[in-house]
Amino acid sequence: MSIQQLLALAGAGIVLALAGPTALAQKKYDPGASDTEIKIGQTMPYSGPASAYGTIGKVEAAYFRKINEEGGINGRKINFQSVDDGYSPPKTVEMVRRLVEQDEVLLVFQPLGTAANSAIHKYMNAKKVPQLFVATGASKWDDPKGNPWTMGWQPNYQTEARIYAQHILRTQPNAKIGVLYQNDDYGKDYLKGFKEGLGAKASLIVAEVTYEVSDPTVDSQIVQLQASGANVFFNIATPKFAAQAIRKAYDIGWKPVQYVNNVSVSVASVLTPAGLEKSVGLISAAYLKDPTDKQWENDAAMKEWTAFMKKYYPEGSLTDSSNVYGYAAAQTLVQVLRQCGDNLTRENVMKQAANLKNLEIGTLLPGIRVDTGPTDYAPISAVVMMKFDGKQWVLFGEVEGK
Amino acid sequence: MRLSASVVAPTVIAQRSRRRSLQAVGLALLLVLALALPFVVSNYRSFQFTLVLAYAIALLGLNILTGYNGQISLGHGAFYAIGAYTAAILMDRFGVPYWLTVPVAGVLCLAVGFLFGLPALRLEGLYLALATFALGVTLPQLLKHKSVEHWTGGVQGIVIVKPDAPFGLPLSADQWLYFFTLAVAVLMFVLAWNLLRGRVGRALIAIRDHPIAASAMGIDTSMYKSLAFGVSAMFTGVGGALGAIAVQFVAPDSFSIFLSITFLVGIVIGGLASISGAAFGALFIQFVPNIADQISKAAPWAIYGVFLIGFMFLMPVGISGAIRIAWARIRRHRQGRDAAAGPG
Amino acid sequence: MESFLHETFSGLAAGGIYASVALALVMIHQATHLLNFAQGEMAMFSTYIAWSLINAGMPYWAAFFLTVGIAFVIGASIQRFVLARIRGPSVLSLVVVFIGLLVIFNSLAGWIFTYTIKVFPSPFPSEPPFGQHYVSSHELGATAVTLVVLLLLFAFFRFTSLGLAMRAAAQNPVASRLVGVRVGWMLALGWGLAAAIGAVAGMMVAPIVYLDPNMMSGILIYAFAAALIGGIDSPGGAVLGGFLVGVLENLLGAYVIGNELKLPAALAIIVGVLVVRPSGLFGKVHVTRV
Repeated sequence: MSIQQLLALAGAGIVLALAGPTALAQKKYDPGASDTEIKIGQTMPYSGPASAYGTIGKVEAAYFRKINEEGGINGRKINFQSVDDGYSPPKTVEMVRRLVEQDEVLLVFQPLGTAANSAIHKYMNAKKVPQLFVATGASKWDDPKGNPWTMGWQPNYQTEARIYAQHILRTQPNAKIGVLYQNDDYGKDYLKGFKEGLGAKASLIVAEVTYEVSDPTVDSQIVQLQASGANVFFNIATPKFAAQAIRKAYDIGWKPVQYVNNVSVSVASVLTPAGLEKSVGLISAAYLKDPTDKQWENDAAMKEWTAFMKKYYPEGSLTDSSNVYGYAAAQTLVQVLRQCGDNLTRENVMKQAANLKNLEIGTLLPGIRVDTGPTDYAPISAVVMMKFDGKQWVLFGEVEGK
Repeated sequence: MRLSASVVAPTVIAQRSRRRSLQAVGLALLLVLALALPFVVSNYRSFQFTLVLAYAIALLGLNILTGYNGQISLGHGAFYAIGAYTAAILMDRFGVPYWLTVPVAGVLCLAVGFLFGLPALRLEGLYLALATFALGVTLPQLLKHKSVEHWTGGVQGIVIVKPDAPFGLPLSADQWLYFFTLAVAVLMFVLAWNLLRGRVGRALIAIRDHPIAASAMGIDTSMYKSLAFGVSAMFTGVGGALGAIAVQFVAPDSFSIFLSITFLVGIVIGGLASISGAAFGALFIQFVPNIADQISKAAPWAIYGVFLIGFMFLMPVGISGAIRIAWARIRRHRQGRDAAAGPG
Repeated sequence: MESFLHETFSGLAAGGIYASVALALVMIHQATHLLNFAQGEMAMFSTYIAWSLINAGMPYWAAFFLTVGIAFVIGASIQRFVLARIRGPSVLSLVVVFIGLLVIFNSLAGWIFTYTIKVFPSPFPSEPPFGQHYVSSHELGATAVTLVVLLLLFAFFRFTSLGLAMRAAAQNPVASRLVGVRVGWMLALGWGLAAAIGAVAGMMVAPIVYLDPNMMSGILIYAFAAALIGGIDSPGGAVLGGFLVGVLENLLGAYVIGNELKLPAALAIIVGVLVVRPSGLFGKVHVTRV
């Protein structure tokens, strides 16, 4: 090695030595982050037709309060701004613009609703602000190439429906299938996945009936499905209507093999109102533990959740699975922010969100982990099938989906 | 000491022309403020005020029908939606420039409104309310339907792109859209003012207050009522198109029956049968829910409801009505003072 | 054929629900010549009160009648202390107040009771009558209750002087005052009765559709249509209208136009009927003399 090369090396070494600790301790902030706080924005339907989901925002706010009381994330407190959009897309656009342009949040976390997220999708990617862990199961959020700033969280509806379809093909290849679905994005997404899962055998579906959120009951729809001669029933309905459907089917003497979508599996909020004896044999799939299911009574993670609810969100319902959902999502975000360390730029937030490896969240079913990568923007894509035995959901089969 | 007519008359005329010039000055000032706005506030606020302008045009439409002509409509959200979807479909599916979609939306809504107004002639009061309510409930359902999904995007809706400022003007897209919407709003307000202060306006009010006397006087009640529906729908449709371009997104969820109800609330609070009432109402329906949200996170709509009841309690004739009354009181006070001071 | 019977009976059961709420709307119209948009939310809120009482241990019928009484007081108070003070030039000022009440009740219910659906008990047996499976005992019982309320209302307006006084106060307040009718109290009474009927409707409806803050919003549309097609000043017409709307909607959805458009179609038919018979099927035709 020549003298020059040695000197260059030495020089580089000195520079590195001087810059080293500073480079490591260098803090990088985008709007919304500082030494003392991290500002997070959210829109939630606290009013309007979807107000039942408002509890998700409340439980997440409670969780962030807990984290703050325990010292925050790397010494910074979370400043959580969750605003009402009334489930109306123009309001969502207005509120998100306020959060990004006026309140200058670092990221928007779990905005709820497919229409709401569709409305702000382009804007968030144009402004390069993370639209992180959107609270909807629509499949279009797993698109790292086209929309690198948007990421979903829960197993999407199409994946879940495909699993039911494949189960039917395996166990009842000559079934006659009737489908009840809510006439909106959520319902249609499930139906699409279901049909894709059936593939060439999509003609097994003999009846597809819809209902609106403003309908008082779905009794008429259930009668129509029975009249179609279906012996398998895919129930794509939100809790109130799913319960009505289960009850009416039993009351009119229709006994199909019934698959119910994951949104409406709560023992306390759906099956008890429907009637436990009327719900025997229901098949579904889940990724979260049901807080009203006795088999998790002594589970450490669920006990921790119950204690958290009692201390930080006492007015929240201990029977509402939305409260487990929000808790798990909030924990995922906290992990992402912890991984960011002192580099709290929006770019790094997305980078860390796409860098969750085998993350275990206590309230997820055993065997299901959170996994993301630069080309995999679906944090949770696995579900476990389960059957209701009159008292609780009994898991069966393997973890499917990933 | 009696005031003879020859002394009083010129004073009254002088007062009237003084009032007119005061009004003109006031309007000019307002216009200057409106033009300066986007340069003083953030892009986000410009966006909010663009929405206020769009709502104001929509409310003006509803006011023409319900305030001036007494035909209650619980379904004007439907015309707003038709205007919005017209703009979205033309821009997204046919590449029509944004400024052209606005008049097209207006003309389309004029036709639809008129056609709806024809059978509605047979219905009065509550029954008309039900029919318009049916319209407001039906339209989102139609927008979602399979048969038109290809055009309307179904439940997913349509995303549109906001236009940039033309001719390379140094304005942001938000600022430019604000000015465009302001220009259309001024145009529509002038149009309405012209329409309503003349024979048409008087006919509409006559039909509202004394329908039998009006028809006895030779006013073609049916034609005016259907026309009122058409014109009203046209205004609201224009507002809808502008609103859609500002928000850059249309979906059936954006136009629920609650929007129609909000419009009705807007014109009553702003002031029925009043052009300025449309502007006040628009400010109310845009900003008060946000204020309510800040007052109470737990039950913001309960606060909004309290606001509604409070406004009706304090200002039963609406904001514009309350301003009129206050102004009249000030004038009476001044008149009394002038009279006491004596003539000359 | 079997499914046609099912649809018809389901429609009648749903119609019973619409009929009971339509009765409350007719009641308030008889007393005030106005339509109270907040009727549904008030009924829902009363049902929550009943639910809280039952949850606290009170037996069903005690809670039922206590709730009816509380609803009466709430309704009458709203009239006396809020509505009577609004002096707008147009009926629309009151409509805005109704909308205000609507959002207040809805928002308060959501805040106090959360949005998770609650089971509301039924006083009727859970096995269907006569072993058939077209109607449940509750649906039959609820319809019977609606008919009883209808008969009571009819008797009240036809045969009691109080009912007469109330109708007079609504139709011609000035003349009524001159004859000695206390118009203010008549209005309050009307509101109280309407709220009470609404509470009964809510408690009959909740076991079928489950109790949640948005329980009544869909039903109100149908009740509104039912009340108008029967004729807004005819309680019997409202009940018949309710059954008509229920069956029509079910049959349209199942056999004619599909579930997505059944509400618009039903409304279109109703509006069509109203264009032909502007006072509804059983309403009184108002003739104005020039």
